[in-house]
Amino acid sequence: MTELNEREVTLLMKALDGALTDAERVEFEQLLSASSTLRDEWQSLKRVKEVTMTMKFKRPAEETWDHYWAGVYARIERGLAWLLISIGAAIFLAVGIYQMVLSLLEDVATPLYLKIGVGAVALGFAILVVSVLREKWNTWKTDKYKEVKR
Amino acid sequence: MEPDRSEQEWITRCQRGDKEAFGFLVGRYMKQAYYVALGFVGSHDDALDLSQEAFARAFKAIGRFEPGRRFYTWYYQILKNLCLNFVRARKKRPIVSCALAEDVDGREPREPVSTDPLPDAQCEAAELRQNLWQALWDLDPEDRALIVARDMLDTSYRMLAELMECPQGTVMSRLYYAGRRLRECMERRMG
Repeated sequence: MTELNEREVTLLMKALDGALTDAERVEFEQLLSASSTLRDEWQSLKRVKEVTMTMKFKRPAEETWDHYWAGVYARIERGLAWLLISIGAAIFLAVGIYQMVLSLLEDVATPLYLKIGVGAVALGFAILVVSVLREKWNTWKTDKYKEVKR
Repeated sequence: MEPDRSEQEWITRCQRGDKEAFGFLVGRYMKQAYYVALGFVGSHDDALDLSQEAFARAFKAIGRFEPGRRFYTWYYQILKNLCLNFVRARKKRPIVSCALAEDVDGREPREPVSTDPLPDAQCEAAELRQNLWQALWDLDPEDRALIVARDMLDTSYRMLAELMECPQGTVMSRLYYAGRRLRECMERRMG
């Protein structure tokens, strides 16, 4: 099928909305009589539009709107709660791991190879965390849609 | 479209952590938000859930809101992305019939009311509507949301252009191609 040009699309869409000016209507009718492609598009899209225009969504019960804000508020509160829990858990975990590593390294009974292994894991983990955080920070700084959750 | 002064003041209050001010913004846009989400996901519960979640995320990010923008335009981006993620993550297609009203005013029943005078014509129109409604859910969610916004929710081209961050001509063009794809889906359904 031949593609419509930009002007034909604009006039067609305006015609579907009944929003043509007098001059545009004349132009559209001239184009219609000259192009069978445009005529076919006009007829079929008009039919589709006539149907979609009659479709409406069910209206939710009024109580939906009465309780709407309460739902949003609860989510905001829960978000704050999760944030605090996450921060707290991260601190507990970090301190716990630190203490465990420290006690292993300070213990004279711990064999040297184990101390080296624990030290390597701790150092590797620290490098990994710093690397991920730096990458996140750089992405965040350059992302114009940073407020949008993907 | 410029934001009005009062909205800017409410946003400034929100940025200071005032939840009551945010409640005002939610009250102003909740219905639009709900119906936009419904256009994407097709079920009442999901639309309600997603539009509320988008408001909660907007509140969390309100500190980064740029003055001079309209709140709804900014919020719409959050909602749209949330809905698209939801639709893509959902394996099965939504149960869509429950969201559609039979009555043109959106009252109780299930399908749009017919204005055709003859019973045969009414049956044909009802079948056409049923097919078209089903075909809408064969479309890409962004195409569907655009058709829903323009034809079912009567959103102006100006507003759509602002929400989609593109010129009105581009909106018309996208709507035209979405309409064509809808027609093709419908033809496939009708054999």
